[in-house]
Amino acid sequence: MNITFHAPAARTRATTGSHKQSKQYAVDQDMEVDGEQDGDAEGTAFKDPTLHVVTPGEVITADTAFMRGHGTYILDEKVHASVAGVVDRVNKLLSVRPLHTRYTGEIGDVVVGRITEVAQKRWKVDVSARQDAILMLSSVNLPGGVQRRKQESDELQMRNFFMEGDLVVAEVQAFFGDGAYSLHTRSLKYGKLRNGSFISVSPALVQRCKSHFHSLPCGVDVILGLNGYIWVSAHVPQNLDEIDTELVYSNKNKEDITPNDRESIARVASCIRALAQEFIFINDTIISFAYEASLQYKLREMTKKEIMQAVAAEAVQSVNNMKG
Amino acid sequence: MSRVELLSPEGLRIDGRRPAELRKITSTTSVLSQADGSAYLEHGNTKVLAAVYGPREARHRALVIHDRAVLNVELNLAPFSTGERRRRNKNDKRLLEIAQFVKQTFEPVVITTLYPRSQIDIYFQVIQHDGGTLQACINAATLALIDAGIAMTDYVCACTAGWVEREAAIDLNYTEESADTSEMTIAMLPKSSKITLMQMESRLHVDKLDEVIALAGEGCKQIHEVLDKTVRDRAEDLARKMAV
Repeated sequence: MNITFHAPAARTRATTGSHKQSKQYAVDQDMEVDGEQDGDAEGTAFKDPTLHVVTPGEVITADTAFMRGHGTYILDEKVHASVAGVVDRVNKLLSVRPLHTRYTGEIGDVVVGRITEVAQKRWKVDVSARQDAILMLSSVNLPGGVQRRKQESDELQMRNFFMEGDLVVAEVQAFFGDGAYSLHTRSLKYGKLRNGSFISVSPALVQRCKSHFHSLPCGVDVILGLNGYIWVSAHVPQNLDEIDTELVYSNKNKEDITPNDRESIARVASCIRALAQEFIFINDTIISFAYEASLQYKLREMTKKEIMQAVAAEAVQSVNNMKG
Repeated sequence: MSRVELLSPEGLRIDGRRPAELRKITSTTSVLSQADGSAYLEHGNTKVLAAVYGPREARHRALVIHDRAVLNVELNLAPFSTGERRRRNKNDKRLLEIAQFVKQTFEPVVITTLYPRSQIDIYFQVIQHDGGTLQACINAATLALIDAGIAMTDYVCACTAGWVEREAAIDLNYTEESADTSEMTIAMLPKSSKITLMQMESRLHVDKLDEVIALAGEGCKQIHEVLDKTVRDRAEDLARKMAV
């Protein structure tokens, strides 16, 4: 989903002449705003009418009818931007979305992370957020799929489940008071990652969608973590009923990864890097198109900047053609 | 030894500038792929690379502040950056002092309360040193912090000014700096004209102080325009790429 903010210059209001046309934000019809609140916003000039880019300290609006959201602060009753980015408006809420920043999560997000520390009854996981996320011992499934209270013996063998440096895919379950995330892996979809390679891109490039687990036609599985961490791995048939729950915490890759599989994984990884370098949204469709576009090049050429650009441009072209 | 003539009879400075003229500023952001934010800035021949990592998990328990982020600033002067090639100790008091100034400058401007229990690292690499290292570091840090999407109430723009022979001059270069001129660096929030840093190590007659401060403030405003353009262009560029 692509949200664009349309500058309100186009939406003229059928009100009396007390409202100036130059005002930046026309308040929605259902809101009662009297003429005195007509503040002249500063810094109104923006080049592209669909993009409203602000920089720190800039006044977004002097209209007191608006509420401040993320990326803003209020000074002298005016809403100022505190980051450089694009203004998002939802009814009365103004927020500024920085384009290049750390991951800010929401409950239910699928994230890929790396275990950084094994602590008392919990693991610390680097999810490229402002703080390490926490994976409690009580929010993982035990091998064998038994449901029971975790005991002291489980605490002692925590390193057998996840060790420092292991990659995991998990879901954001809750927030702690200080803004840290609590994760869980209480589903057979989640758990330790094997058989593949890891890519880190800007979190802004991965958008929330129905599924973040994809099997590409080229025989490669991709997990698009919403925190910008992406896992590309050899295809493993997913039949949730038949998964051997003992193997969930195994540290061994599967044995039959052919050189062809390995090349596909490397190629998909390079395609994702190419898209990320060009700052293009990453989803399964565009990865498939980029993969097809990349087939005309040798894999070792895929690290060259101009070839990455060409692949990304061709993928974007294919997506646009598909849209019509 | 005869003193170098810093101001020509025509009123031009040693590098041909007028007293109230800044050196050419060039800046780019997002130059490093691994850092959360980075910037490269040139003030004439002074070249600085700034990298911002964070806000991220504090590396040492002792650093954690439960309700806000910790700023950590480190500065490195490349051995080839000065006229005389010299490797500097990491604990060079001069460098630690500049790092401390930068830290103090940004602490009130970065909204650290938004990032509790985390750490923001700012690393500088001075690639070429031609006077005004502190101002270049502060300006580069502003760009890098904005690039990293860290919330700040305003830009911080720094500029030096001093009294060169018989006139107030702005943005002193290395020759002017080292010729026993009184030099002052100020860092300013350009929107509110508040000053977050004012640093001077030499003597300056109090009658001349106002003029020097006014000149440095004027320089900060000019620098703000340059930095703002860099930030805005980059943001618009990214926004347009994402809109595809």
